[in-house]
Amino acid sequence: MRYLLRRSAHAAVLLLGVSLLAFAFTVLAPGSYFDEMRLNPHIAPETIVVLRARYELDRPLPLRYVHWVSGLVHGDMGFSFAYNTPVLPLLLVRARNTLLLTFTAMLLAWAVALPLGIWSAEHLGHLPDHLLSWGTAALLVIPDLALALGFLIIAVKLGRLPEGGMVSLDFESLSFFGKARDLLLHMALPVAALVLSVLPLLVRHVRAAVAEILVAPFLLTAEGHGIPRRTLLYQYALPAAANPLISLVGFSIGTLLSGSLLIEVVMSWPGLGPFLLEAILARDIYVVIGGVLLSTFFLVGGNFLADLLLYWADPRIRKETSA
Amino acid sequence: MTGRRAISWWLLLLVGLHALVLFAGFFAPYDPTEQDRRSPYLPPMRLHFVDNQGHFHARPFAFALKLREASFDQYEEDRTRALPLKFMVRGANYRWLGLLPSRLHLFGAESEKIYLLGSDAYGRDQLSRFVYGGRVSLFAGLLGAGVTVLLGLCVGAAAGYYGGWRDDLLMRLAELFLALPWLYLLFALRAFLPLAVSPLEAFLLIIAVLGAVGWARPARLVRGVVLSAKERDFVRAARGFGATDGYLLRRHILPATSSVLLTQAAILVPQFILAEMTLSFLGLGVPEPVPSWGNLLSSLQQYSVLVSYWWMYLPALIMLPFFLGYLGLASELQERTEAYKIGN
Repeated sequence: MRYLLRRSAHAAVLLLGVSLLAFAFTVLAPGSYFDEMRLNPHIAPETIVVLRARYELDRPLPLRYVHWVSGLVHGDMGFSFAYNTPVLPLLLVRARNTLLLTFTAMLLAWAVALPLGIWSAEHLGHLPDHLLSWGTAALLVIPDLALALGFLIIAVKLGRLPEGGMVSLDFESLSFFGKARDLLLHMALPVAALVLSVLPLLVRHVRAAVAEILVAPFLLTAEGHGIPRRTLLYQYALPAAANPLISLVGFSIGTLLSGSLLIEVVMSWPGLGPFLLEAILARDIYVVIGGVLLSTFFLVGGNFLADLLLYWADPRIRKETSA
Repeated sequence: MTGRRAISWWLLLLVGLHALVLFAGFFAPYDPTEQDRRSPYLPPMRLHFVDNQGHFHARPFAFALKLREASFDQYEEDRTRALPLKFMVRGANYRWLGLLPSRLHLFGAESEKIYLLGSDAYGRDQLSRFVYGGRVSLFAGLLGAGVTVLLGLCVGAAAGYYGGWRDDLLMRLAELFLALPWLYLLFALRAFLPLAVSPLEAFLLIIAVLGAVGWARPARLVRGVVLSAKERDFVRAARGFGATDGYLLRRHILPATSSVLLTQAAILVPQFILAEMTLSFLGLGVPEPVPSWGNLLSSLQQYSVLVSYWWMYLPALIMLPFFLGYLGLASELQERTEAYKIGN
């Protein structure tokens, strides 16, 4: 239990640090949302002063930070100037869309990477292994941006898949299954691009972890007992190799979140990516800070889940903490 | 092909590719900002060897393009106007490495312009823009990686050598930076810097942002190496003879970090090229009219371009060898320093 407590304390400190860091950058920020208003002859300078005062942009930074953090505890992430509403509800809708994408992509990526990696490790140094190494190398070489754009062009040429967005125009009028089908069709391209962008990393790590275990004496013994190959690989070798892979789950979340940011913009998926970009261009600082914080929260949450999983999967960690 | 041999092959490939970009003025047939408003979105011209009469020519030639009848953006080859490809021709002014003025270009055509990769919305030659754009993107990547590695070296050496509270503080900070998804971090940093900047400022800004984003991983690796190096017997002996901290670091400890740093640099450069591309693609990086690999692709964000002018995507394919070179180099270097694995 101490292990878990330590991990969650670590996560909390991390989040606080990130919030501080993100907020501190606002000092460097030249210009604010209201600067543009100065150019507008219909807005009096006094109005801007009042507005700045209302959103506390004129107060010293430490005070603003304390105020913001105390609001955060109550679920208030500040105010979006551009949308003229609180930030949190805006962010949550986008975050839901982003999570839908990244979560699906992560499940799929692991579902593909595990068998591929194990297969590659099983045939270490032989043809299947070489083929896969070349495949992953090729995928590594292609930048995410090029991959996403390429997919989009192919989609346009084929005309079968929707080329962007999350739902069709007539989404509301569709039946339940029609809606599900529409959503899935729209998800296909971004999810495929995301999966391919993390796949090489995962396959390589699975291969390395399993290959390391496959030469262990206990597996030779098991093989000598005539245990079938499949059972051997998936029930004996995989759990033994799980430790580094579970840590990789946390790491892959970060990669996926970053990848998703770009792919969302390219494929006009209404997630955090396009929203954040828009906020940056409009200098809507609380939205930017909130978005960064939320993404860190997902990452930290994912890592925490990975820790939980590790605690459950690896008896050595349980032993170490109870002692 | 193992070890040293492989590394030198990859290096050779990279040097060749970088020379292409470094001497952009010579290899690019035209000025990247020169517009031709009468020929927007020209498709790539195909090179031929056999003419209309079926005669073979050793000198490749292209046909000039003309608008297809009853169309405003569909071009076809005008079989009556052949443009032979000439080598070492005189054309637009440029300076070798920004110093020596010259007009010599590797290739070009005499009567009309030849577009091997097509042209963009303003009729600018895509090939020239790609070659010149590589300057911005590659050097942003290289300099960014340089800054990052240097920063990581300083932080990691300080943390590992002095230890104690300094080590704790620096490494906690590094964890903070590692915890953020890097693209979000890049966005956040960019968000708080001025938006409308000149191309040069944007370039320097990007390098600074890249350095600020990436220093944590090399710092942690360097710290590990320094920690083990400072306990080596010869270092302790030197310390016993009264060597100063500065001397010990310079002479005995930092040289041990060189292979880690090199490997990190080889991993970081392509990542940073990509980061620059991403920023410029989204309009947060180097602004037009200066080409960069990112803003070269950004026209694909328009649906009409995506549908009708697929060749705007070609630069994304041509840049793959650059990434391949760095990937190959990084994996070879990594094999040599097996002990230091990627990941946390």
